[in-house]
Amino acid sequence: MSYQMPIDRSKIREFARAVQSRHPAHKSDDPVMPPTMLTSARLLWEPAAEAAIPKLGFDFKRILHGEEEYVFHGPLPRAGQTLTVTTEVVDTYEKPGKRGGVMRFGVVINEFRDESGKLVAEQRSVIVETARPPKEQA
Amino acid sequence: MSTATLEKTWSLGDEAPVKVFGPISRTDIVRYQGASGDFHPLHHDEPFAKKVGFPSIFSVGMLQAGLLSTFATDWLGVENIRKFNVRFEEVVWPGDELTCTGKVTAVENGVIKVELTMTRQTGGVALSGSAESLTA
Repeated sequence: MSYQMPIDRSKIREFARAVQSRHPAHKSDDPVMPPTMLTSARLLWEPAAEAAIPKLGFDFKRILHGEEEYVFHGPLPRAGQTLTVTTEVVDTYEKPGKRGGVMRFGVVINEFRDESGKLVAEQRSVIVETARPPKEQA
Repeated sequence: MSTATLEKTWSLGDEAPVKVFGPISRTDIVRYQGASGDFHPLHHDEPFAKKVGFPSIFSVGMLQAGLLSTFATDWLGVENIRKFNVRFEEVVWPGDELTCTGKVTAVENGVIKVELTMTRQTGGVALSGSAESLTA
């Protein structure tokens, strides 16, 4: 399964402003995306049926973002491109919580391919389910 | 428009010019939520955040990641960046001032490796990360 992420100039401009970048590469007539904008593929374009994170089965009241990594196999994707995105849970593991209980981790990889099928970027997210709800830790 | 660029050389231990973001406002957080498409209420809905046990709303981790990425690409160049990663450490609250630092950890085979840190005004680390960029 896969879905498409069209990259448009307005969203690049809006996103660059939100991450306080004034770099001309994001503001030109032919801008590239800020690196972390790849994460918005999931937030803006992923069909619910393909969403990997719900498949982890974590309690959404205890979910945290642990790590995020981006690899680009060339220049950053550019306005006008449409990337094809595939998403997969590649690993799950557990660790003891600091105050007892069990923390659960899920590793999700998104791959981004251009119109010719070439892999242009990868995004790896580590999602954490804390051992207890925040209220009980306070 | 093209401008002549000074040939930049990179050496182990080179440090980036320090950059401070903030104080982070609720507007900064909401602007990021709108731009990114992440509308989790913990980051803008004060009654909701309090109901689930937090003293107030708090920032989106990915906003900090985006700010650190801005810092990294201003230093290393947008076209040359090939890898960027962050580990989310401490939560960032409205009013926080975030200081970004970076240091070259390796220069090999045309690739610069750097470590990156974003520190809150308390001294606590909000993000630790790294990046890789081409030298030219």
